[in-house]
Amino acid sequence: MKLKEIAEILSLKPLTPAEGPDLEREVSGAYVGDLLSDVMANSEDGNIWITLQTHVNIVAVATLKNLSAIVIVNGRMPESDTLDRAVSEDIPILLTGKSAFETAGKLYRILNARNLQG
Amino acid sequence: MKIDKTYEGSFHIVGGDFSRAGEASTELKTIMLSVGIEDEVVRRVAIATFEAEMNIIIYTPAGILRYSISPGEIRIIAEDMGPGIEDIELAMQKGYSTAPDWVREMGWGAGMGLPNMKKNADIFRIDSVVGEGTTVEMIIKP
Repeated sequence: MKLKEIAEILSLKPLTPAEGPDLEREVSGAYVGDLLSDVMANSEDGNIWITLQTHVNIVAVATLKNLSAIVIVNGRMPESDTLDRAVSEDIPILLTGKSAFETAGKLYRILNARNLQG
Repeated sequence: MKIDKTYEGSFHIVGGDFSRAGEASTELKTIMLSVGIEDEVVRRVAIATFEAEMNIIIYTPAGILRYSISPGEIRIIAEDMGPGIEDIELAMQKGYSTAPDWVREMGWGAGMGLPNMKKNADIFRIDSVVGEGTTVEMIIKP
């Protein structure tokens, strides 16, 4: 499923500019976590990363793990250097006012429904 | 592994410079992919190297990360200038960390770094002298 479709259904607000990282990329699933070593160890290629972390190192983790996007929850805003790095490393950052639980729950349902449709 | 010669290099890492965290590992990942190392090996080396890089940034004034990509194995040596680890056995335990609160708030310092390195390496060696420094050697085989 494309990141763009997910962003629309979950009303995620892309923070990286439209001319920056595109939202056409394929999403393989998601991982939720605020401990960076845990995300590094357990996330998988193409995952959306749902987190409340906002500092610049999240982009490095996402880059290293080939994650498809970072979704920052609870209405938190990333620092400006995080956003700059996300653009240069081609990692979309999206925001939501919802919690990690709600975001992951909805996303789980959407991805499962899509998989069942084959 | 498809490669037929050895590629070597090193990165200097400055302690405390969180803004550059991951640069060395990301560059090494690019090098590995460009010489044709398979994805699964790249993935393991990248995780192990990023953790080693973070430890230098979080705990030490400076360090150097050396790599050697040869047919059959990738060798990573992370050497820092201190402060050294008093109890290596304790430091290797999952969940044990001496990181300050502000580092933990960033999501680092969860006591997963050294275990992550060991898990992703086929051979993992750590040697440390308090007041002098720590050297981690990791060998990853395809």
